[in-house]
Amino acid sequence: MTDAPAIAASLATAHESQARRVLKRFVHHHLALVGGCVVLALCLAALFAPAIAPHDPIRLDTSFRFLAPFQNPAYLLGTDELGRDTLSRLLYGGRISLTVGLVAMATTVLTGAVIGIVSGYLGGWVDTVLMRFVDTMLCFPQVFLLLVVAAFVPPTLLSISLIIGLTSWMEVARIVRSEILHLKQQDFVQAARALGAGGGRIMFRELLPNTMAPILVAATLKVAGAVLMESYISYLGYGVQPPLASWGNMLTNAQGYFDTVPWLAILPGVMITCTVMGFNFLGDGLRDALDPRLRMEG
Amino acid sequence: MTGTAVARGAITGSGEPAQAAAGEPLLRVEDLQVRFRTAAGILPAVDGVGFELRSGETLGLVGESGSGKTVTSLALLRLLESPPAEIRAGRVLLEGRDLFTLGEREMADVRGRDASMIFQEPMTSLNPVLSVGYQIAEPLVRHLGMSQAAARARTVELLEQVGIPNPARAAADYPHRLSGGMRQRVMIALAIACKPKVLVADEPTTALDVTIQAQILALLVDLQQALGMSMLLITHDLAVIAETAHRVAVMYAGRIVEIAPVEAIFGAPRHPYTKGLLRSIPRIERTRESMLPEIPGTVPSLAALPPGCAFVDRCPRALERCRTDRPELAAMGHGHRASCWNPADA
Repeated sequence: MTDAPAIAASLATAHESQARRVLKRFVHHHLALVGGCVVLALCLAALFAPAIAPHDPIRLDTSFRFLAPFQNPAYLLGTDELGRDTLSRLLYGGRISLTVGLVAMATTVLTGAVIGIVSGYLGGWVDTVLMRFVDTMLCFPQVFLLLVVAAFVPPTLLSISLIIGLTSWMEVARIVRSEILHLKQQDFVQAARALGAGGGRIMFRELLPNTMAPILVAATLKVAGAVLMESYISYLGYGVQPPLASWGNMLTNAQGYFDTVPWLAILPGVMITCTVMGFNFLGDGLRDALDPRLRMEG
Repeated sequence: MTGTAVARGAITGSGEPAQAAAGEPLLRVEDLQVRFRTAAGILPAVDGVGFELRSGETLGLVGESGSGKTVTSLALLRLLESPPAEIRAGRVLLEGRDLFTLGEREMADVRGRDASMIFQEPMTSLNPVLSVGYQIAEPLVRHLGMSQAAARARTVELLEQVGIPNPARAAADYPHRLSGGMRQRVMIALAIACKPKVLVADEPTTALDVTIQAQILALLVDLQQALGMSMLLITHDLAVIAETAHRVAVMYAGRIVEIAPVEAIFGAPRHPYTKGLLRSIPRIERTRESMLPEIPGTVPSLAALPPGCAFVDRCPRALERCRTDRPELAAMGHGHRASCWNPADA
């Protein structure tokens, strides 16, 4: 432990920020990089859908029904049973799917993190009550829970997102709670208390930032889960309602023609697969890049 | 403690510490009793500790591991986890206000503003994911109601005051980029940010190198004089006490056995335990062959303390009475008190 001069020197020479080192390790993780690129491309495509899409996604053109991909340059990925442009519908459907995915993820993370922190930090009967509630929620299969709630709540984009989010936060709560149980034993928590920090401040200002890595990882994985969930319930007819396009309800429409025009089912299926895999790879990569055991190394 | 000779030399440099500021006690601890409920039974970790801390004074609290020093210091700021800890009795008066009767919120206002604390482990006492500047600014905003901008400016001043080179740069840095000594300086900056009246320092130098220890102690003494703080310095290192304290309280098995001005403790200790502690300090002038004297026996378990004096089984001066009657702290003149039935001659 050399003091002042050596520190000053080390500060002056290699001032590499935390974020940059995480980024470096992330880039070295090839699968994660691929996942990140796919996610970025999907997000951009969804964001700029009105500019990219060659047609209005709900405009019917009955003279061009069941066009195969690349058959007609005006309808690059073909048309469906009502002559709607598949490419445009995929782009707009992506908007819906990603919006649902992100809003549901935000709901999940927010609910899960708050419950996990409060439960882990306060402990005692609060912890017991909250964790038994988590157990109860986990008893029901999520799809079943979703369908029951969706049967009572009119399906809008927001309600679907919230329903998905509020039925999948339990895992996040458990992850955060276990992190907090470990973190609250650390000296810096007592040091913060010794300087006058109260419970709320310690939970949300001191402890929460320390759990960001696992929360971030869980968040990306939850987006994938939510996109899939939206597809399930739209496929079952409780989700996004026609004529609005979502990848899930495009699959529903396609099932009647699966033996004759399989591309109508394959294309939204591929999009769902790409999105889910992209977010999963991204999450895995983030997990490795943010691992605190690796963080300490140069 | 190889630091003794160094530390002894350093006293003369920083002026005679014995000139304690007189006046009303700022902090007064009365009959503090803390016990722990454990699977092994109820352990009386602190049993009837009382002392006073005057304004501008440094009181050293010495003792072996497990003697109750840290529990005492944590109990003062009500930082003990309860359960298992339980404060059974006692009062802690800070400027006449009993901290044990305050509500949790009022107590949080006291911590960091009127009394703050620094800890033994600088490596883990700072939040690893928040910048140094953010952590120091927090109590400023919270206790003093400063604006973010004012707090940031003050943070840089504070870092400069605790001797951190390039303070503006350090404020933006994260704790893991700083050495142990630098982190302890940051902890000190945090603790003094709101100019507390009392600073509790729990083994502030134990985890540091000897050379850094001397720097940190010198910094604490400087800051104490500059800010007029009172300091409760907890340590098991007598060299540290000799260098910084005005008065010394010696703890053994959860009780204060002797309390006196620093020169009386080192010059004329009255309690046999204090005498034994002082004899077991290695000295440079001691010849190689002579053994380092130690106190025979071990500290009794808190679960099975003898009814009389806790030190009786290790004491060379023990009387029959020591086994049955517990000695209380008794005045021995000149602010010197010891709890012993057969004290050594002055």
